[in-house]
Amino acid sequence: MDCFQDTVFKLKQYWASRGAIIQEPYDLEVGAGTMAPETFLRVLGPKPYKVAYVQPSRRPADGRYGENPNRLYKHQQLQVILKPTPDDVLDQYLGSLAAIGIDLRKHDIKFEEDNWEAPTLGAWGVGWQVMLDGLEITQFTYFQQCGGMDLDLVPAELTYGLERIVAFLQNVESVYDIEWAPGFKYSDVRLADEEQFSVYNFEMADVDRLWRLFGEHEAECAGLLARFKPEIPRFPVLAAYDQVLKCSNLFNLLDARGAISVTERVGVIGRVRKLAVGVAEAWAKQQAGAVA
Amino acid sequence: MPDFLLEIGVEEVPDWMIVPALADLRARWQAAFGAFECSALITDATPRRLVLLAKDMAEQAADVESIAQGPYLSAGKSAAEGFARKWNTSVGELATTQDAKGDRYIFHQKVKGQTAKEALAAKLPEVVASIPWPKSMYWTGKGGVRFIRPIRWIVALLDAEAVPFEVAGVRSGNTTRGHRILGAKEPLAVSVATYFEVLLKNFVIVSAEERKQRIEEQLGAGVQKDDELLNTLVYLTEYPTAIRGSFDPSYLELPKEILATVMRHHQRYFSVVKEDGSLAAEFVAVTNTDGDPDGLIRQGNERVLRARFNDARFFWQVDQRKKLSERVPDLAKVTFHAKLGSYTEKIHRVARLASQIDANFPHAAALLAKCDLTTDMVKEFPELQGVVGGLYAKAQGESESVWRAIYDQYKPVSMEDAIPAIREGQVLSLADKLDTLRECFRVGMIPTGSKDPFALRRAAQGVVKILFEGRVSFELTEARALQAFLRERIQFYLRDVRGYAYDEVSAAMGPPLTTLPDLAQRTEAVHHVRPTSDFEPLAASFKRIKNILKQAGVDSAEHPNADLLSPGPEKQLYNELLRVRREIETKASYSEKLIAIASLRPHVDLFFDKILVNDPDPAIRRNRLALLHSLLTEFSTIADFSEIVTQGVGDKT
Repeated sequence: MDCFQDTVFKLKQYWASRGAIIQEPYDLEVGAGTMAPETFLRVLGPKPYKVAYVQPSRRPADGRYGENPNRLYKHQQLQVILKPTPDDVLDQYLGSLAAIGIDLRKHDIKFEEDNWEAPTLGAWGVGWQVMLDGLEITQFTYFQQCGGMDLDLVPAELTYGLERIVAFLQNVESVYDIEWAPGFKYSDVRLADEEQFSVYNFEMADVDRLWRLFGEHEAECAGLLARFKPEIPRFPVLAAYDQVLKCSNLFNLLDARGAISVTERVGVIGRVRKLAVGVAEAWAKQQAGAVA
Repeated sequence: MPDFLLEIGVEEVPDWMIVPALADLRARWQAAFGAFECSALITDATPRRLVLLAKDMAEQAADVESIAQGPYLSAGKSAAEGFARKWNTSVGELATTQDAKGDRYIFHQKVKGQTAKEALAAKLPEVVASIPWPKSMYWTGKGGVRFIRPIRWIVALLDAEAVPFEVAGVRSGNTTRGHRILGAKEPLAVSVATYFEVLLKNFVIVSAEERKQRIEEQLGAGVQKDDELLNTLVYLTEYPTAIRGSFDPSYLELPKEILATVMRHHQRYFSVVKEDGSLAAEFVAVTNTDGDPDGLIRQGNERVLRARFNDARFFWQVDQRKKLSERVPDLAKVTFHAKLGSYTEKIHRVARLASQIDANFPHAAALLAKCDLTTDMVKEFPELQGVVGGLYAKAQGESESVWRAIYDQYKPVSMEDAIPAIREGQVLSLADKLDTLRECFRVGMIPTGSKDPFALRRAAQGVVKILFEGRVSFELTEARALQAFLRERIQFYLRDVRGYAYDEVSAAMGPPLTTLPDLAQRTEAVHHVRPTSDFEPLAASFKRIKNILKQAGVDSAEHPNADLLSPGPEKQLYNELLRVRREIETKASYSEKLIAIASLRPHVDLFFDKILVNDPDPAIRRNRLALLHSLLTEFSTIADFSEIVTQGVGDKT
């Protein structure tokens, strides 16, 4: 039986052998692999790109103090971006399941409609949730818009829920019982995060300070965007995007703390979206300039 | 004559879009190829293919003849020769015709009918690409063809011969694909004659009806009939096979509503009931496989269901730590609608409105109604909102009238669904829906055409259905736009649900709107009295009276002066008016009152026969108009007779 890390290695190897760059996780807090610049920015513009990476994804409100066998504050996604989408993308995807030891002839695979939308990123796409014997194991999305812009090339985004897939492969009832490496369980590696961050996210995070930080990061991003011109060489659009990610994570934290009132909520989402769309537009212009 | 087959090979199409798409494909086919007769047109589909089969298709469309108009004979020889040259003929071969300006040359132009193959190749790309989808995508690059999911292959065959064309970079041909997992890996060459057989060998049952039968045969004992789920599964599979699994009976302690929702909505399983009607610890899943010899699929599904049930049990336990009543303040953080504030404001409005509808309404039911929105259970199973609140209220010791009202607060969810069972539930549902309508209309969120994002039509239908079927005596006095919106729903209900004729409904709705139970009685009375002999002629007379008054510009109430009435029919009619007025007061039912009014008929007829309303003496004329006006207004409070469509009785004013 493969342990957690074996399965991750095999998936990376599989996509590497199909020409994908294997990236490491982005080193800031993100809510999903989609938010890492390797996806959010790279899907823009006319340049082909293929990349795969594991992205630990933080969703403060989903924490359950390590008590729920299937719910996590931070879970691991294996994110694959294929831009443009190859014609045999679904066959390639099914090949990746075979590569991690799933004999498809002995299982039931279904592609059920599931569209994706991220209002804070001005992004949406259509696709499926992939069901294996009734278990959702992957989100498959054909991106259509990002940062409010129609995409030149339509990328396929494959997001594997690693904990679920490995719990299935190892036939365990709780993610904490997954064998991560020989002799080490998932709980040995991650339980402390789940316990402590649930306490922090729900009980102890300082709301006033989080709001101030949100304002600071927002101002930093807006300040950069105000100075952006496509002709300025090496303009730090990527640095501006880091500030968007900070704002997004702070928004999620404030939300988990119950600190965002009804009237504020729409407005705060709008503020993050404005920054994200501004960065996406700047990036697209910068790339267009580099191409020309 | 050959058969034509089209198969659009596409990545998995959302199940619910398939049947409408086939209807659109058929309509577009008929519009494009109507000139080619065929003996039958069949459409079918699986998630991966939309199929159209035209049996015995004419190979050639009929020739079309048209007339080209040439120069007048008077224009001279060279004009005639020019015209003949244009049509590749000689002047001697041209025909002539005569019109208003004289004789002119014409040419009978024959256009050969297209062959089927030419027409198909030319028009199919447009036919395929023009199928409308609720949410389409592009995949070949910005500005590319839009379809529901990427098209990956196209089969287009006249018997065994391929019809060549291209859509979104995909060239049509004679090769299809089998089942994703069970079929041959390589493309499969087919002709129309072998298509269905080759696919069946490759684990694709093209016919949705056959897949449905296959599933139904395999469901087994105790499975709850569920056509909606069945249809979903028919269009989620190419080769459906049912398997039966079980779960630990200890989960049966959880409410059956929650278990059934997990199985049906989240896992698409059929639930199983025992002979006594209670839920069995079993389920039936429909797979897209040819079987499960090792039991792996069953084990996998059982494991998923166990995790789901564990979640539900966990949510239940965690949610009980904070009672609904302790959650009321949390509603300030739950948005009702961005423009309309939080649920805190909503529940207080609903509580006020509910006690206006029924003074005995238990306040707690309104206050607690939305608290389940803050529970983990509802966050996980949003479709169970209300039901979860009701179950929690029950577990937390609220009275039956409170928990049942909360439980049923979203009923009826459709015209077919039942209204809440108890009065408190009806009042709560009514107040909630009416509040939503008032608030949305207040800020201008009014449904237009097919756009109704807040499902206000359904809310209004629910209001109307509860008022009628719950016999709730509450008068709808809403702002103008909302009142009109509700009137439409009321008309719809009386016509389409109760089956009253259009004009009966219009007549009963003529007087100002009272309560709906009262309106229901008046409509029934009109319907009941209508076949009696005096009714329709009286309706015709009332229409006549209305027209006379309108032409004379009479609209204010002026009582007739008995002294100015001429003896005979006029005086008689007046006396009858007084008699019927008294009689109506003694009658209890609307039918009896209407019959009393209808008895005026011979007197009204005689009046119109013998009396000239437009008397030369203005005082008499005015008095006669006042008599008619009294008649009309006094006897139109139950129903407006003039709305009744009458036959064979002319309007003679």
